[in-house]
Amino acid sequence: MPLLKNGEVVADPWQSVADGEPVPEAGPVLIPFQRWQSEREALSRRNAPVGVRLSNTQALADVAPDLARFELIVLDFPKFVDGRAFTQARLLRERYGYRKELRATGNVLRDELQFMHRCGFDAFEIEAPDAAAQWRAAIAEIDVFYQPAADRVATVIARRRSA
Amino acid sequence: MYSYDKYDQALVDQRVEQFRDQVRRRIAGELTEEEFRPLRLRNGLYLQLHAYMLRVAIPYGTLSSCQLRGLAHIARRYDKGFGHFTTRTNIQFHWIKLEDIADAMAELAKVEMHGIQTSGNSVRNVTADHFAGVAPDEIEDPRIWSEIIRQWSTLHPEFSFLPRKFKIAVSGSPNDRAALRIHDLALRMHRNAAGEVGFEVMVGGGLGRSPFIAKTIREFLPKRHLLSYLEAVLRVYNQAGRRDNLWKARIKILVHELGAAKFAELVEAEWNQIKGGAVEVPDAEIERIAAQFVPPAYDPDAPTFTHEFDALRLNDLGFGRWLKTNVARHKQPGYSIVTLSLKPEGGTPGDMTAEQMDAVADLADRYSFGEIRVTHVQNLVLPHVRRADLPVVWRALAKLGLATPNIGLATDIIACPGLDFCSLANARSIPVAQRITERFNDLARVHDIGELKIKISGCINACGHHHVGHIGILGVDKNGEEFYQVTLGGSEETNASLGTILGPALPASRIVDAVETLVETYLALRRDGERFLDAYRRLGTAPFKERIYAAA
Amino acid sequence: MVKAVKTPAAQIVTGNRLRDGAVIYLAGDSQWSTDIAQGAVAHDAAEANRLMAVANQAAVDRVVVNPYLIEVAVAGDSIQPVGTRERIRAFGPSIATPPSDRLPA
Repeated sequence: MPLLKNGEVVADPWQSVADGEPVPEAGPVLIPFQRWQSEREALSRRNAPVGVRLSNTQALADVAPDLARFELIVLDFPKFVDGRAFTQARLLRERYGYRKELRATGNVLRDELQFMHRCGFDAFEIEAPDAAAQWRAAIAEIDVFYQPAADRVATVIARRRSA
Repeated sequence: MYSYDKYDQALVDQRVEQFRDQVRRRIAGELTEEEFRPLRLRNGLYLQLHAYMLRVAIPYGTLSSCQLRGLAHIARRYDKGFGHFTTRTNIQFHWIKLEDIADAMAELAKVEMHGIQTSGNSVRNVTADHFAGVAPDEIEDPRIWSEIIRQWSTLHPEFSFLPRKFKIAVSGSPNDRAALRIHDLALRMHRNAAGEVGFEVMVGGGLGRSPFIAKTIREFLPKRHLLSYLEAVLRVYNQAGRRDNLWKARIKILVHELGAAKFAELVEAEWNQIKGGAVEVPDAEIERIAAQFVPPAYDPDAPTFTHEFDALRLNDLGFGRWLKTNVARHKQPGYSIVTLSLKPEGGTPGDMTAEQMDAVADLADRYSFGEIRVTHVQNLVLPHVRRADLPVVWRALAKLGLATPNIGLATDIIACPGLDFCSLANARSIPVAQRITERFNDLARVHDIGELKIKISGCINACGHHHVGHIGILGVDKNGEEFYQVTLGGSEETNASLGTILGPALPASRIVDAVETLVETYLALRRDGERFLDAYRRLGTAPFKERIYAAA
Repeated sequence: MVKAVKTPAAQIVTGNRLRDGAVIYLAGDSQWSTDIAQGAVAHDAAEANRLMAVANQAAVDRVVVNPYLIEVAVAGDSIQPVGTRERIRAFGPSIATPPSDRLPA
């Protein structure tokens, strides 16, 4: 699956570890959060980046204590109509102060990229032949934003005040 | 009323071009129907039985004469010369072509209108009291807050994929004219003990397959915290609302399953984290918006009565009736609120031709400071008419077929488009409404019957609000035939209640007779001054049921 | 009670035209018509499946949206839709549109 990050399609350095497979000693690994919870001690001793996949029903309060240990968090859109990950993303960025890579996976569609970006996603697993061009088009379509979100763009209210 | 500034205008203009490109991609095959459908819905474009239907938002039911002319133009240029006002104070055009939609939306954008979020699982059009700003009992104009909510909820990145749609209503009066308790979230402005104005917050109302009356989750919310509180409610809903079953996805189900107290607790816990934060609307912005809802330049010496007015009232029964039902008291002396009935005998409730729209826009310019309102009962309002002008306005409206003196009476019927137009419907609703208005075409009789709210839905989705009709009629399909189930005793006002099913559904051939029988039963049993609803509440269903189902 | 699913005696395919939403019927030669009388009638399940395959390809080709089969009653040249909903789709709303200019004299 192509990885769209910072407006470019890039190679994904992260290795997804399948259930039942051992976690490699070296290299950045991506595992389900449940696995992190059950193998926490061993994984904490690893001297390489760890990333976790959260289900879109995962309570963030359980994730918060270990947030500093994750270089990558992957949030899920099982169907594009299921918008729970938008809330998870905003809370991770705005309430829990998470600053590393926040990736969207699942049913990620070009027409939702701007909403995702505004909610704090900075990487996207998107099935599209020209993902970079689609990204550029998608985030340029609207440049007026009424409400604050994770992206810290100047809202309409702020622009009215400084006008 | 609110006028767009350059930012508001830029948003709708950009939205048009975004949608134009989405249509292009659909027609070119870059988007499947499954991918395109939610995109067009989020601009208000449905695919119905005969054609595409466009639902244009009329925020808190307020229109300028310029906007009404703009709608007339759309009706003429892109549709069949008419539009339909809905129970959410929007307007629908039934015959739009996909190949025209971007141009139609560009023309709407020119008059500061759009179809953004009139469908889809997001916050929908915010509705308000149709007498906002002019009702004598008003504490504060709810449209200021409706506009604030409108902007905050438009293209909200976190809440555009909620479990289901989300409908908000706002009232600034103790008397609920906005059907607050059948909304997902409703706000009632009132004063606390210290005399401060704030909101009572109600959540979890809604009709449809599982109707519920909204519960109060907060008695008093200070105005400055409105947006943080709404974010908290929507965030809880977005996370916890059911997504496994379309019929259980509204917030009313969540509130019902958790209990209002527990739901309120979750909201308060979230709210405590964001209260006073970045989302709150600053005072300067509140003032900027409030400044656009100040009263127009009323004539302080406008007379309450003139010789012509008095003479007409005494000598013309028609004018007298119209005054009684279609004209309401205004907070400014010498002025009145005029309701235009879109319920003529034999007509389609809520329909209006382009010619009527243009004519009403002209009347608004001459007699109502250029302003028109839309009510959730599918009528229009001229909110600022001088008492002295009532005779000339009445005559003008009568010529247009908009002066039927029936507001709040038996023939002021709410009806959804039903099976004649809507792909969700099981039965037709408009012909039933038409036949009822024909059966009750005797104005003396209708005035004698008094207040009677009949509401007709063509399917369980209840867009016709049948659950809260004094007489509610629900169209159902029984083995391919249209049948109609009657409910009694619903009410959308301050003591809202859901109607009780009267008995087995009746065939189409019997429904109008049944309505007449219900009315006759009421007339026979009512006590002094009792409205239909009061009589029903006193008597219960028994006497009504008996007479409907007695004859074989 | 489980209803046995029986193939109706006569079916045609209908849908809405993508570009303007008009009600259309699959006619012979894989063409589409707004006139129900032109509809190609399937008299058995195999024929119905064949027509739906053509229709589904037309959906992919961006001609029609959401095609589906409907039961019809055939009498000579006349094809009548079965049921109120399909009658309304074929012949328009049962009420006058636009609303008649019913202005009082």
